[in-house]
Amino acid sequence: MIGIYLILFIPLVGMSLQAFYGATPKAAIINLRCNILSLISSVWLAIDVLWNGSLFAFDRMFYIDSFNVYLIALTAFVGLTTSIFSGPYMQHEQDSGRLSPKRLKLYYSMYQGFMLAMYLVLTTNNMGVMWVAMEGATLATVLLVSLYRTPESVEAAWKYFILCGVGIAQALFGTVLLYFAAEQKLGVGGDALLWTVLHENSSSLDPAIVGLAFVFLLVGYGTKIGLVPLHSWLPDAHSEGPTPMSAILSGLLLNDALYAVVRCKMLVEGALNNHLAGHLMMGFGLLSFLVASLLLHRQTDIKRLFSYSSIEHMGLMTFAFGVGSPWATFAALFHMTTHSLTKSAIFVTVGHASQLAGTQRIEKIRGLILTQPKIGWGLLIGTVAIAGFPPFGVFASEFLVLVATMHDYPWITPLLLLGIGLAFAGLFRHIQAMVYGEPPEGQTPITANLWPVILHLALVLWLGLAIPDFLGNWFNQATLLISGGLPQ
Amino acid sequence: MSIADLNLYQQAILLLAGLIALTSFLMLGQSRLVRLVRVFALQGFLLALATAMAANVLNYPHLYISAGLNLLMKGILIPMLLHRLIRRLGLHRVMDTIEHPARVMMGGATLLIFSYYVSLPVINHSPLFTLNAIAVSLAVVLLGMLLMITRKQAVAHVVGFMSIENGLFFAAVVSTYGMPMIVELGIAFDVLVAAVLFGVFFFQINASIDSLNVDHLSKLSEVDK
Repeated sequence: MIGIYLILFIPLVGMSLQAFYGATPKAAIINLRCNILSLISSVWLAIDVLWNGSLFAFDRMFYIDSFNVYLIALTAFVGLTTSIFSGPYMQHEQDSGRLSPKRLKLYYSMYQGFMLAMYLVLTTNNMGVMWVAMEGATLATVLLVSLYRTPESVEAAWKYFILCGVGIAQALFGTVLLYFAAEQKLGVGGDALLWTVLHENSSSLDPAIVGLAFVFLLVGYGTKIGLVPLHSWLPDAHSEGPTPMSAILSGLLLNDALYAVVRCKMLVEGALNNHLAGHLMMGFGLLSFLVASLLLHRQTDIKRLFSYSSIEHMGLMTFAFGVGSPWATFAALFHMTTHSLTKSAIFVTVGHASQLAGTQRIEKIRGLILTQPKIGWGLLIGTVAIAGFPPFGVFASEFLVLVATMHDYPWITPLLLLGIGLAFAGLFRHIQAMVYGEPPEGQTPITANLWPVILHLALVLWLGLAIPDFLGNWFNQATLLISGGLPQ
Repeated sequence: MSIADLNLYQQAILLLAGLIALTSFLMLGQSRLVRLVRVFALQGFLLALATAMAANVLNYPHLYISAGLNLLMKGILIPMLLHRLIRRLGLHRVMDTIEHPARVMMGGATLLIFSYYVSLPVINHSPLFTLNAIAVSLAVVLLGMLLMITRKQAVAHVVGFMSIENGLFFAAVVSTYGMPMIVELGIAFDVLVAAVLFGVFFFQINASIDSLNVDHLSKLSEVDK
């Protein structure tokens, strides 16, 4: 129980501490410590939920069940490993004169602010508060996108702000409609926006209004997932901001937005008794998946390349949640984990690679393995993992999605295979030249801490070979919760 | 059902809904930034009035707080902030050209009709005036988007963004008598922070492209050029 309060309290304290110490050399250590504490409390919370089942806190304002507790733990873990990477990385950026101490302070306090918003999205039981926290996450990160103050970064931040702001406003309209539908049944009062209350009464809600609400909620939160055609902010924001931020945006924010959509879908399915919500998600997901894998081929910036890969994977997850059978849901949850671990590892390596080459342009990054084998191999193995090669976890989860699709919608499977093939080709045509080949003259190794990368990729490898019992159990429980059945 | 069958409160809400939609159209056609901000302030004021009226007639005291917050933020604080920024950035004489104003207005009218069409399912279980109110608030949201699409000045984009928020707020007030207080406060906080951040961005954009014409923000593209 206390775990919930701690997980919200620690980033809050961290944020205020960084407002004072953010510009000093201690900032990186404080950031690291806050994230370690968050991880400990998230594990505590997870164990609590594992033993005692789902729990409420603070007058039902917070609700933890097996679905969100695993995402909280994942968020805390990726937040921690990224902060291990971010310390030396930001130091390097400061030393090379790209950032002033004042902006570093903004960076560190908003790092914690972003984590706070993420934990709030995941823990809250109130759909309105979820919206507020999601918007808060945009507000926390928007100034980080323009941290370098280059014309490109200002443009990216403006696009991010406007697109996500307008997008998420649609989700608020959806929330209002949901509240409207609930109020007719449950009466006026604060309870009608609680997810648990809505879920209990979902069968009695007016289907017409709830259906309308879901369209708005999907478009709203879908903007944050980066679903095509609402995705154009995502590659910009990922490529122009500091790299640790790209790692947490890709590894965490997208997941949490998808989490919000899935929560809404659970409500809507109960009210509608048809597959409208699922079909909408399948359509959007498939479109994002295919378009992004095509766009991968025409990228010139290494961070943009991997942001399109994020869109592609988020599309696949949205599709799988849309299919909605227990197997597909299990696969989607599994894919959420493997994708976040792999993608944040890749962004860490990409950060080092671009510091090494002094640029993010793909054509200028050459000979990574010859200059600094650790970074080169890290990037290569990470790409192999994200492209879905066995024995890595992404292969296992993508394979499960394929099997589940084969079972329910066999005619879509060829499209999925096509997308996976396209994405593979799109990634490797760029990566091959970057890791192999002759390094340009004067390229020298940099200090790089690749432990986060090794840890993440080892975990993904482990997940690909065998899902540990407790995690499998966890996925099963979450699947049961979302799809109403166990995969077998 | 004719309009005379409605009670006074409902008639007044309908009148305000009409006026709010009208202010949205006024913004759509207003090319001077200073006046645009003034019309926006008027919309905020009307919204606060509608909220206060709902609070009084329906006896939901917590709506008074929403009304006060709304008046303070959308009616006074944000317009003042925008005004000062316009002056400081020397934009008060800038005309934001609207290409094809007639088509934009026609588009706006189409959006209004579309909003009514979309909101029709709501009518089954609720009184006539809720349908009108929801349709108008959806229209205000869509008109805000249209405003953002047709303009080039960053200030106009912010006004469009904030008027989308107005539409949402109106929907919450008339259909559900406001959101729970905590959500309401959270939204107000978000809007306030967003307004401040927009101000910061004006300076950043101005420093980077030497104007606030966001059409010049075109360095990043989907694929290689």
